[in-house]
Amino acid sequence: MIRPRKAGFSAGNALLWLLPLAFLALFFFLPLGKILAYAAGSAAKNDFALTSLTPVWRPLWFTTCQAGLSTVLTLLLGMPAAYVFAHYRFRGKNLLRVLTTLPFILPTVVAVAGFTALLGPRGLLNLGLMRLFQLDTAPITFMNTLWGILLVHVFYNTTIVLRVVGSAWAQLDERWEQTARVLGASPRQALREVTLPLLRPSILAAALLVFLFDFTSFAVILMVGGPYFATLEVAIYQQTMSLFNLPLAGLLAVVQLVCTFVITWIYGKVNGRRNIPLLPKLTSETLHNLRSFGERLAVFGINTLLITLLVLPMLALAARSLLNLGADGVMRFSTQNYTQLFVNSSNSYFYVPPAGAALNSLFYALVTVLLSLALGTLAAYAMSRARRLQGLLSALITLPLGASAVTLGLGFLVTFTRAPLDVSHFPLLIPIAHSLVAMPFVVRTLQPALNAIPVSLWQAAGVLGASSMKTWRNVDAPLLRRPLLVGGIFAFTLSLGEFGATTFLALPETPTLPVAIARYIGMPGELNYGQALAMSTILLLICGLAIFLLERLQPAGMTEI
Amino acid sequence: MKQKITLPIAFVLVLSFFLSACKPQPSATAAETATLTIMTHDSFAASEDVIAAFEEENNVKLVFVKSGDAGSTLNRAILTRENPQADVLYGVDNTLLSRALDEGIYEPYDSPLLAGIPAEFKLDETNNALPVDYGDVCINYDKAYFAEHALPMPQTLADLTQPEYNSLLVVENPATSSTGLAFLLATIAEYGEDGYITYWQQLKDNGLVIVNDWSTAYYTNFSASSGKGTQPMVLSYASSPPVEIIYAAEPPADAPTASLVGRNMCFRQIEFAGILKGTPNRALAEKFIDYMLSVKFQEDLPLQMFMYPVNPEAQLPEVFVKYSQIPAEPAALDPAVIAANRDKWLNDWTEAILR
Repeated sequence: MIRPRKAGFSAGNALLWLLPLAFLALFFFLPLGKILAYAAGSAAKNDFALTSLTPVWRPLWFTTCQAGLSTVLTLLLGMPAAYVFAHYRFRGKNLLRVLTTLPFILPTVVAVAGFTALLGPRGLLNLGLMRLFQLDTAPITFMNTLWGILLVHVFYNTTIVLRVVGSAWAQLDERWEQTARVLGASPRQALREVTLPLLRPSILAAALLVFLFDFTSFAVILMVGGPYFATLEVAIYQQTMSLFNLPLAGLLAVVQLVCTFVITWIYGKVNGRRNIPLLPKLTSETLHNLRSFGERLAVFGINTLLITLLVLPMLALAARSLLNLGADGVMRFSTQNYTQLFVNSSNSYFYVPPAGAALNSLFYALVTVLLSLALGTLAAYAMSRARRLQGLLSALITLPLGASAVTLGLGFLVTFTRAPLDVSHFPLLIPIAHSLVAMPFVVRTLQPALNAIPVSLWQAAGVLGASSMKTWRNVDAPLLRRPLLVGGIFAFTLSLGEFGATTFLALPETPTLPVAIARYIGMPGELNYGQALAMSTILLLICGLAIFLLERLQPAGMTEI
Repeated sequence: MKQKITLPIAFVLVLSFFLSACKPQPSATAAETATLTIMTHDSFAASEDVIAAFEEENNVKLVFVKSGDAGSTLNRAILTRENPQADVLYGVDNTLLSRALDEGIYEPYDSPLLAGIPAEFKLDETNNALPVDYGDVCINYDKAYFAEHALPMPQTLADLTQPEYNSLLVVENPATSSTGLAFLLATIAEYGEDGYITYWQQLKDNGLVIVNDWSTAYYTNFSASSGKGTQPMVLSYASSPPVEIIYAAEPPADAPTASLVGRNMCFRQIEFAGILKGTPNRALAEKFIDYMLSVKFQEDLPLQMFMYPVNPEAQLPEVFVKYSQIPAEPAALDPAVIAANRDKWLNDWTEAILR
């Protein structure tokens, strides 16, 4: 059976690597290489030279700075929330868990609409404050500010911490902490010296994913931050699309890739090989009912914060989709935005029926889940076996998270020009592009769990005469089911909400929900705006339902997270 | 050991087979009909029957390839010029025209219908790129706000720097938005290369709000849209007021918005179509270009793409006649001058206004 070894590479291991690496080579390194070569050629042709380092240095500094701040804030909210979800039973927990996952799928333009309804100049909060304190102007500015960027990043990424750390925390054997307490450690000491070190691989994995997501942030910076803020990704977009300066765009894309590689590599070093193998808990014996007043207050506080930051903007959006402005200027309840979705009122050739778009989106998401789970599992096993190369290989797998979507999209365009892999006719390129981003998630959620399986379990199974298939089914599978589920949900939501690659690769015959939403919100008129919000609400409902069903796949008796 | 590894591999192989078998099939077409591929930007739209009429008449299936805004579409056409992805490219406008021509991506086509099209639209004498439609990027204003505050309309670009219009205008960033770029070019047409930065600095001192994209400007900042923002003036299109009427939840008595159409306050975008070099379907491509210039297609433009027909025989829909203004003196710049300077202008503007 597959078990950790001291040696680096073996024949069997190489076989495990074959598929994930071939996938990366064909769909990541080849297109990226082609477009960078094109940029280099154009640089040589036009005698490209940087007169100063400012165009690189300025976005790099801001990118790192905001990503660091966002990650810290996301962890500050996500860690206590992960603790609460892993340790307590409370009413509405399942619903809240699904709801907190949903921000991940919202197209930015729609998330901004939700936040504007709450925090905008005429949003609920500002109107309330203005009435309360008799102010003439809105006291809170959200758009075009740094804190707006940070807030929306927290909105998007808290679910990563909640899921990745929460899943590990729920599996943690409580007896370790209890032993520490019996030996005289204070609760704080037990947390600092026992629990946190045991959780470290998961915390680091979550922090890495959040940081990389913020590091390559694009639409949030563009829309919420406004023109005064530019990350590397935004700069790449501007240089490519508006200034046609491919050499500089290519240089920035390489800088972003190198940073991603270095960050992931450092993460591997910090994470190291010091994972402590532990037998994870399978039953929900770690879950407690709320006992003391303090516990109730803490859980109430954390949940209120989660609902305010993560759920309210989505609720505002759904509420707004059901309101329309009457001829008398008064907002009224109306289902018109929804009924109109099913009518091709302008008789357009490019009309997108909501059911069709939803089916396309779900199909792509499902393919992404299968593809990224299959390839991610292979890669995670290969990595856990080749520990010496683990750092390098894991950095390689993570690289697509740091690749500029604009650059990779152009790479796809220049690479896949012939049948059967033809950008304009091969619809599977969309889920393939989504899987490139989803695979690092699957690997990151699987890896800590895989590394934590004690070798003695496999040895025991072997000694007792279990075939390797049986060992996998009875030892690995139950222990990996939860991280696989978490990874699968990430892949699913990533694909449903992804818009960047889809704009490059979508075929007009098979549009996705985010593409349809963008079409509506790109036109003036109240109904178009309303229909964009209605379509987004439908996207949220479909995704919520799908996650709810996916979580039912969990066998009874497993800790819910 | 070996069997453990072959199992997941077999699984993936089976999986990929299953996937390729059940991928969504684009609507089935008869094998014998030819296809004509048109590459275009995301805003391209047409009525079902207009597309169907051409397909039936010529026994052809039209395939549209969309790739983002006009800039990314042109980028795509240039990058894939060795293996052209389409037969016809539609959507390059006069701010991008010279770049498209310099890259030599088109084949010239002297359409017989060009004779009826006014000279002001025919910017390419070589007929590589043929004008199809035009639209004016103008500032829209919230009629209710101006009436309520008894404010006079700004008549010139210079008026916008007056204190009574402080903090009332939101525009898009020229470096990320095509409407923003159009407005930047209008200010350059009015104040010249030496004066436009100074003008923008005055605008900025007068509380100008800049955002990156049209959706944010219109739906988050503009006070007359459903977003109920705080600025009563937004950079949009002269066609936006009639579109507000068409897509109102309840038909209002009057359009909530109108455009400022003073001299040089609007920039005219002209959109072009051309046959991509190396097409194996030259004859069909010519027919489609002719069709785009014909009255049937041209009359479909306003309600589908909110653009105006270049063919003077095409009638405008009533809602356009009633609610949209056509500026008498839109700003204009030579496409060659734009091509030669746009990068420099954008960089200078960004450094002076945003940093």
